[in-house]
Amino acid sequence: MDKFEVKARRLVALCMLGVLLFNYPMLALFNVAATVFGIPVLYAYIFVSWSLLIAGMAYVIESKN
Amino acid sequence: MSKKILIVDDEPNIVTALEYLLQRSGYEVLVARDGEAALKLVDQHLPNLVLLDVMISVKSGYEVCQRMRERADWQHIKIIMLSAKGREAEVSKGLSLGADLYVTKPFSNKELVAKIDELLAPASNSGGV
Amino acid sequence: MLQGWVIVLTSFAYLGLLFAIAYYADRRADAGRSVIASPYIYSLSLGVYATAWTFYGSVGRAAADGVGFLPIYIGPTLMIALWWVVMRKIIRISKRNRITSLADFIASRYGKSALLGGLVTVIALVGILPYISLQLKAVSNSFSIVLQYPQIIMPASDATLPLLQDTAFWVALILAAFTILFGTRNLDAAEHHQGMVAAIAFESVVKLFAFLAVGAYITYGIYNGFGDVFERAAAVPKLSAMMTPLEGVAGGYASWMWLTILSMMAIMFLPRQFQVAVIENVDEKHLNKAIWLFPLYMIAINVFVLPIAFGGVMHFPSGSVDADTFVLTLPMVEKQELLVLLVFIGGLSAATGMVIVETIALSTMICNDLLMPILLRLKWLKLNERRDLTGLLLGIRRGAIVLMLLLGYVYFRLAGEAYALVSIGLISFAAVAQFAPAVFGGIFWKGGTRRGALWGLLAGFAVWFYTLLLPAIARSGWLPISLLEVGPFGIGLLNPQQLFGLTRLDHITHAMIWSMLANVSAYVCGSLWGEQSVSEHRQASLFVDVFKQAGEGEGARFWRGTASVPDLYRLLARFVGPAAAVAAIDGYTQSKGPRDPGEALQADAEFVHYVEIQLAGAIGAASARVMVASVVKEEALTLDDVREILDEASQVVVYSHRLEQKSRELEAATAELRIANERLTELDRLKDDFISTVTHELRTPLTSIRAFSEILLDDPEIELSQRSKFLGIITKEAERLSRLINQVLDLAKIESGAAEWEVSSIDMKELIADTAAGMSQLFTEKRIRVEVDLPSRVPAVTADFDRIVQVLLNLLSNATKFCNRDDAQIRIGLSEQGAYLRVGVFDNGPGISEGDQAAIFDKFRQGGDTLTGKPQGTGLGLHISRHIVERFGGKIWVESRPGQGACFYFTLPIAARPDQAPVAGAA
Repeated sequence: MDKFEVKARRLVALCMLGVLLFNYPMLALFNVAATVFGIPVLYAYIFVSWSLLIAGMAYVIESKN
Repeated sequence: MSKKILIVDDEPNIVTALEYLLQRSGYEVLVARDGEAALKLVDQHLPNLVLLDVMISVKSGYEVCQRMRERADWQHIKIIMLSAKGREAEVSKGLSLGADLYVTKPFSNKELVAKIDELLAPASNSGGV
Repeated sequence: MLQGWVIVLTSFAYLGLLFAIAYYADRRADAGRSVIASPYIYSLSLGVYATAWTFYGSVGRAAADGVGFLPIYIGPTLMIALWWVVMRKIIRISKRNRITSLADFIASRYGKSALLGGLVTVIALVGILPYISLQLKAVSNSFSIVLQYPQIIMPASDATLPLLQDTAFWVALILAAFTILFGTRNLDAAEHHQGMVAAIAFESVVKLFAFLAVGAYITYGIYNGFGDVFERAAAVPKLSAMMTPLEGVAGGYASWMWLTILSMMAIMFLPRQFQVAVIENVDEKHLNKAIWLFPLYMIAINVFVLPIAFGGVMHFPSGSVDADTFVLTLPMVEKQELLVLLVFIGGLSAATGMVIVETIALSTMICNDLLMPILLRLKWLKLNERRDLTGLLLGIRRGAIVLMLLLGYVYFRLAGEAYALVSIGLISFAAVAQFAPAVFGGIFWKGGTRRGALWGLLAGFAVWFYTLLLPAIARSGWLPISLLEVGPFGIGLLNPQQLFGLTRLDHITHAMIWSMLANVSAYVCGSLWGEQSVSEHRQASLFVDVFKQAGEGEGARFWRGTASVPDLYRLLARFVGPAAAVAAIDGYTQSKGPRDPGEALQADAEFVHYVEIQLAGAIGAASARVMVASVVKEEALTLDDVREILDEASQVVVYSHRLEQKSRELEAATAELRIANERLTELDRLKDDFISTVTHELRTPLTSIRAFSEILLDDPEIELSQRSKFLGIITKEAERLSRLINQVLDLAKIESGAAEWEVSSIDMKELIADTAAGMSQLFTEKRIRVEVDLPSRVPAVTADFDRIVQVLLNLLSNATKFCNRDDAQIRIGLSEQGAYLRVGVFDNGPGISEGDQAAIFDKFRQGGDTLTGKPQGTGLGLHISRHIVERFGGKIWVESRPGQGACFYFTLPIAARPDQAPVAGAA
């Protein structure tokens, strides 16, 4: 399998992960009236998982093998 | 005055054999067990010839040979390398460092003594083999 | 002070700077030293996605329903993960076929259909107009607000201002002039606008910087960080209800999901995104960085949205200030003049960036895909007789830009006030989402046909128009509002916002569900209905199989006919100008090498195809097809011909794939062979070294033996005492020699795995006692004190009894050799250490330096002892011992400090059942 194919599969998988993260029921789990470090849980959840998703994409794209 | 030969080897039995052999041929014999002791003895006694084993500790035979050839006032001292290592590369390394002769162990007593005699004969100059 | 002239001057200075950047980048491009050939510039240029809508509208939306604005940025992040698959393909296809716009792409895919290109253009135009008007609204509103500084007065909402006093009108005109300067100064056959891209990238930096600045100021300057904003917001009833906001949004999670999907489509199919991502892309590799840099940009520009929104609501509790203006009005309240100016410039750059790229992209579509196909067909215009059409092309584009901005202004005057910024933008998103089935189907499904694409687009567009645009018009008062309340003609089922009784959804979700349903099913049904035409079949295979093709020449295989080079040259010159035409044709002949002069006037298929592609860059694929057909005599290909060619091609593809596979296999085999060879060479070298060392070790005792033998032989008169001494040496050296030979053989056996191991259960206590007893005579001879310290009971180990004895003997004989001459001591210990038994042999000799402690277990390595001369070992004993101990799962090592003796340890794992009674060794 050539490396384009490998990266393609990983990126598609990341996209699917993102779809799961940013949808019902994951969102509902974090849609609670509480805060972490003073920030509403939902807001924190979205930004943290969003950042991690991007980090994952960067890792897949920039990794050499 | 008899000529002085320094034997440098760390195998006691071989030293015993060489000592006996050379003394019988009329040479005065000095013995060193390692490279550093050898250089010290050379400095103190200025032997006419050094029988130098390659595999000795502290300083290797190659190193001793090289050091000796760096000293202008020691150029007249003959060096015979004596080693159980007999590969081409090792022989040529010894000769290139300034040894007059490279003899592989085991050696023939007669031939070794003959070569020493030849090297130390008054007519011979510093040329090698 | 922020007087009117300061703001106007700053704005013009900013636009001037933009233009300077664009001009510089264009000059550099002409000189062949492009400034935009960088993945970072490419990623930043994608930032044109963030318009005034993002800049002002996100906060407005956040103030209304919390995190509801985020799907618009999360969607693109998800889509971009797929770009590696999708966008790479679209870019490759577009480069191969000189695609100039989204309309061109779709038209070209479905048999270079001018009708389809025109339809796509119309949809894009109608769909995007509200979006353009939104930018005008944002700029003119922000201008009016800043003008009132330090008071905060919302701009008048009634649209009764005289035309010449309306800021928005002037904004529209200035932007039009500016865009014309940017995008249509000259005609590039590939539709590259390097200057524009450089300026857009710069604008992306400016708007991000401005937004982060105002966000940081509000969050950390007015409030004490995120926590503080949210804590105070929680005290406000209206805001605390939004802390778990998704519940509050109409349609809840469904709305969220559809917004995400909508934005996924928008990032692909908004004409400006297609322009910067595909058309302006100069290197496919730039995608790599953009795939993560652009999402990063979006996350950065959104971090402060919620704090600003909440801050705004708390600052202006009366609701008199429009939430869409919080970004601007908050720093105004705080009298931060510079920040206000910066925000204004940021908003301006967000709006201008969008307007410039969007109108350039649309003007290309209007010119190439809408007007040219029509004009070229109108015989009475006699366009075919005009020598140079470049002026006409530029004129059309410039006119289109002015027209679009004026239409945008008209929309602003007529309908602009009925919706908030975000809703207007979403209407445009929903329009361009209609392109998704035709494009995705087009690049992955060869079966998609022109008919399917037409049906799908028409159906999707119709539903969009009915469910989104019509209500917008009605709400602006241009249609009776009863349409939305009771449905047309009082038919409730046809209510545009509750079609067929689908209720309880927000109107975007509602429209998306119906339009996508109509679009996709019409596309699929249309495609399955009837046969593809010849050119559709050809284009389908060119698009779908783009990665399997060799290069641009691929399309030429589908052409048979005759044409003359001068004709083709004249044709090209008319549309791109004589100089560009000569350059293009020179470029072609140079790449092909000199041609036979006899053939020079006769164009081959490849050349015809080349000209058509060049022409497509100027006037679009559909028009190019028509124009080329007008000057060449073409033999019509039948569908069978095309199939045959495709079959040939696929055969070739199959063969070349097989060849590739074979050569890959061969390469792999070669690599394996090379590695194997390297290993053999290494082993050979090791063997060589081993033999050399063994020879050396054998020669040393041999030397003594020979020397003394010769002495004895030559000298019969030697003294008796000396004679027996020499004979003694000879005997000892001979013994050493045979011991060495035995050990070398033993080692060879162990290393090659040929050694036989007799495994049994061993009582180590007994083994040690027996071995020590066996050596007691030697110890007594050498006057060595031996202490054996054994516990009363130890568990059994499983090993080869004789081999373990060999290890112990070896350690003990080493110890006797090295221990202190005057007060010789050896201690033997045995203890249980977890799952292992540990045997220790201690001597009080000189010890072993730390550097040597690992090395002494190697072959022919002996602990150096300068005082006593060379030890009388073979240098193999410890090495063999290590092999034996490791064979049974144990370890062997030495602990020592120079001058304080040495202790050799080895361990053996305790047999599986530790409770088993110790078994006597099978000795």
